Amino acid sequence: MGVRSWFEGWPVYRQLTGTDPLGRGAAAKSDGSRALTARTDTADSMARSVCPYCAVGCGQRVFVKDGQVSQIEGDPDSPISRGRLCPKGAASKSLVTSPLRQTTVRYRRPYGTEWEDLDLDTALNMIADRVLAARDETWEDVDAEGRPLNRTLGISSLGGATLDNEENYLIKKLFTAMGALQIENQARI
Amino acid sequence: MAEAHPVGFQWVMEAKRRGAKVFHVDPRFTRTSALADSYLAIRAGTDIALLGGVVRYILDNELDFREYVVAYTNAATIVTEEYADTEDMHGLFSGFNDDNATYDQASWRYEGHSQNQTTRDSETQRETAAGLENESHGAPVGGETERDETLQHPRCVYQILKRHFARYTPEMVERVCGIPQEKFLELAQAWTENSGRDRTGMLVYSVGWTQHSVGVQYIRTGAIIQLLLGNVGRPGGGVMALRGHASIQGSTDIPTLFNLLPGYLPMPHHANHPTLDAWVDSIAHPGQKGFWGNARTYGVNLLKAYWGDAATADNDYCYGYMPRMTGDHGTYQQVLDMIDGKIKGYFLLGQNPAVGSAHGRAQRLGMANLDWLVVRDLFMIESATFWQNAPEIETGEIAPERCRTEVFFLPAASHVEKEGTFTQTQRLLQWREKAVEPPGDARSELWFFYHLGRIIRERLAASTKPRDRALLDLAWDYPTHGPNVEPSAEAVLREINGYDVATGRPLASFTEMKDDGSTVGGCWIYTGVYADGVNQAARRKPGSEQSLVAPEWGWAWPANRRILYNRASADPDGNPWSERKRYVWWDADKSEWTGYDVPDFEKTKPPSYRPERDASGVAGIAGDDPFILQGDGKGWLYAPTGVLDGPMPTHYEPVESPVRNPLYRQQANPTRKVYTHPINTLNPSPPQEHSQVFPYVFTVSRLTEHHTAGGMSRTVSPLAELQPEMFVEVSPELAALRGLSHLGWAHLVTSRAAVEAKVLVTDRVTPLRVDGRIIHQVWLPYHFGYEGLVTGDSANDLFGITLDPNVLIQESKVGTCDVRPGRRPRGQDLVDLVVDYRRRSGNLVHRYPPMVTTDVADTSSDQEA
Ligand code: SF4
Repeated sequence: MGVRSWFEGWPVYRQLTGTDPLGRGAAAKSDGSRALTARTDTADSMARSVCPYCAVGCGQRVFVKDGQVSQIEGDPDSPISRGRLCPKGAASKSLVTSPLRQTTVRYRRPYGTEWEDLDLDTALNMIADRVLAARDETWEDVDAEGRPLNRTLGISSLGGATLDNEENYLIKKLFTAMGALQIENQARI
Repeated sequence: MAEAHPVGFQWVMEAKRRGAKVFHVDPRFTRTSALADSYLAIRAGTDIALLGGVVRYILDNELDFREYVVAYTNAATIVTEEYADTEDMHGLFSGFNDDNATYDQASWRYEGHSQNQTTRDSETQRETAAGLENESHGAPVGGETERDETLQHPRCVYQILKRHFARYTPEMVERVCGIPQEKFLELAQAWTENSGRDRTGMLVYSVGWTQHSVGVQYIRTGAIIQLLLGNVGRPGGGVMALRGHASIQGSTDIPTLFNLLPGYLPMPHHANHPTLDAWVDSIAHPGQKGFWGNARTYGVNLLKAYWGDAATADNDYCYGYMPRMTGDHGTYQQVLDMIDGKIKGYFLLGQNPAVGSAHGRAQRLGMANLDWLVVRDLFMIESATFWQNAPEIETGEIAPERCRTEVFFLPAASHVEKEGTFTQTQRLLQWREKAVEPPGDARSELWFFYHLGRIIRERLAASTKPRDRALLDLAWDYPTHGPNVEPSAEAVLREINGYDVATGRPLASFTEMKDDGSTVGGCWIYTGVYADGVNQAARRKPGSEQSLVAPEWGWAWPANRRILYNRASADPDGNPWSERKRYVWWDADKSEWTGYDVPDFEKTKPPSYRPERDASGVAGIAGDDPFILQGDGKGWLYAPTGVLDGPMPTHYEPVESPVRNPLYRQQANPTRKVYTHPINTLNPSPPQEHSQVFPYVFTVSRLTEHHTAGGMSRTVSPLAELQPEMFVEVSPELAALRGLSHLGWAHLVTSRAAVEAKVLVTDRVTPLRVDGRIIHQVWLPYHFGYEGLVTGDSANDLFGITLDPNVLIQESKVGTCDVRPGRRPRGQDLVDLVVDYRRRSGNLVHRYPPMVTTDVADTSSDQEA
């Protein structure tokens, strides 16, 4: 390495002579950092999404590499958020990739003291059995005056407000057809 | 707002840079206060007194935007002679019925109306949270009214309002809220000076206003101010609800609520809605004006969407399949019913009531007394592990080997692992693309409910029972795709939008809906989101390439309108009120409404249009009536019907308060919804004895770094690290009084629970002088629980259950407590401590009907005593 290139490699020199007087960009780069590329550049795909926390509805860009979420960033195109995310929105990647996430069905039998494993299909069928049984046992056809009730008060539901509209639509549709009236949501709270 | 909606707050800062003055009113100094021009520390639960003071200031000084008020509000409308005000009745309105604590609203009606048109009595309206139906339209009234546009008639709304708020003086604001008069006047002056032709002022609120026993009236007071100042339907104006969850607006529009169907149609009631005709006529009274006159169309389209080909004119579109309400079936009633063993199964779908709902102990004991519980979540939340780790394990109230509840935990897909729409706080639908497949057994709710429905229908396929017809006839054939057999969210969105049955063409607008079964539409207010077969919610034209209104980003209901009632941004003749505030106006050359937004008015109805005397529906709305979903086309300063606790807001003390109401003898909202269950114990408030046992006011709210019950933040390491511990903010004065030390421990006690927290001694909370004495307030975050990376006691355990009568939201923003140094006791000692507090405070539970205190004089406070 010649003296000149050694000298030009000195960040302060670059900061004073280059286009980065504050030393926050090019001037501060080392050979190591110069060789890095952003995860967003090397992603296989990007999905346009929306932050799942509050109702400001900030735009997110979800970058995917090898089938895994590699980065979530604010969407600069969004007229709502202009690329910004708050601490929660910025933690979305940690949310979806958290090692604490449960990815298998867990089952606790009545009076049980431990969780057990259960196959998803079995769980779904067991739940269907219980829904139908609870509905049968608590069904009300008519009121005291013979007016229709068509319902069960033996089943309850409480949903969060991070459910999609399409999901809420199917939930309400199915429960209504089942006669299950006691369907509530965070929106009450 | 800077704390809980940080990225939204950038627009407040942008406005501030352009000269807007920002006022922040909060019991505690927050990041928002730090950036505001002025901060007003308020006693929790007294906002109506503050806002009422502003109403009085406007009216006394005649600072209202008179042209707007006369033309667009009901200020000029005359009210019947039978009406009597809180001024004359110690804080009650006329029509109060002691037996069931409800108002007969007949005496509130407009002059000349024989009766209000609602078919349901007030008690049924309270039980079924009927106020929620008004989210998309006003309560029914007839269109013809008697008016005095000079506003001088003693019974015109303007004069009634003036009299009603006469006692909300600056002195009274100071006495009730603890806000110094100069501070109050600074706010009132700035608000009025920045409203009018050239300027608009905006009001922003969140659950600090809604979670009260008189919460709907908080917002009504804000709306009255904004109408008086001409700040509704205009750019930079409005009453902005900042909602706290990604799609909480969507969860009311397409509700999973017991009392509503999509598009704010009421769930049928057994006595009031026996037939399709009775149901639709109760929504749109024959002869009523406005868009809501088409209720039959919206109802029939929903029934067609539910029951498809089986729904025909001959069988009233399967209306008979609908389950019927008989009363209150809300979440708090359900929990008490669980404790009483009446409920067998419970689904929790991304919701954590063990931490997030009021009276956590009642929530957990309820869950421990079920046959089965299904929890669908990303993480192992408190509501799934109550049988193992609840605080009641330590006290012996729950023991795994005695707890019969069978628990299924099913992992859920995250927001990047499924596609669909969220509706954010401005009614804007935004479609999310799917980035990756969900891991392992994780699935979307769409998957879970589609397949649950499929299996149930298969099981019942051979059934001949009438009750199963509704399931078997259900239109449930959604296309599926991918390795998990995921139903198509886009197909569901198309059904929500609606389409023509014969051709399958998606509807462009709800005005294309027919009431003869030839169209289908699952949620009429969302019609247009799939117009032209294009997913309009997926539009992503960059904001930088659009106007400020950005109409091509996502899609807002109704009809992609970004500001509701925007006809009011033009004067009665259709011209902008000013160049500066130009938004939507009448283009006389083209004979149509035009502007920066989609006009919220019939496009070609001229400002000069006047309806025939008995015109109904949309034809009944005049060309200068901007409030097209109101029966009289006007913005309501006074609600002649539909608001169960009064036609105008009145300050009542919170149900648990250390203070006797300084404004009226009536202490608390007389019509509040109460539950008399023994678990629902009550802290006494004046004029009851022993209120000094719980001398301090506590309030709760969010931290920037956490999300509600913590299920999506205490489980995420960067967020957990930023806010790792439960804490309580106390003033230096209270710390000295109660012997608390900074970073030491304290515990708070109510008649429900004791919770402990680390002490943060800070000037952010300050003692207030209220009605001649010092009131100490403390503040806590409500995010903590016993699972996740960071844990702590739950603030919501401190609250009892009392609800607003209009919408059945709980009072969980204010309560009374005692504050003690050190950690709370454990096990039986903890139970004993709470029992002792109950004993010393008189062992109270809620009673029905709630206490009326108008005959208990308080010499220091009642001006007429
Ligand atoms: S990034 Fe923050 S402000 Fe934006 S939607 Fe998410 S939680 Fe709300």
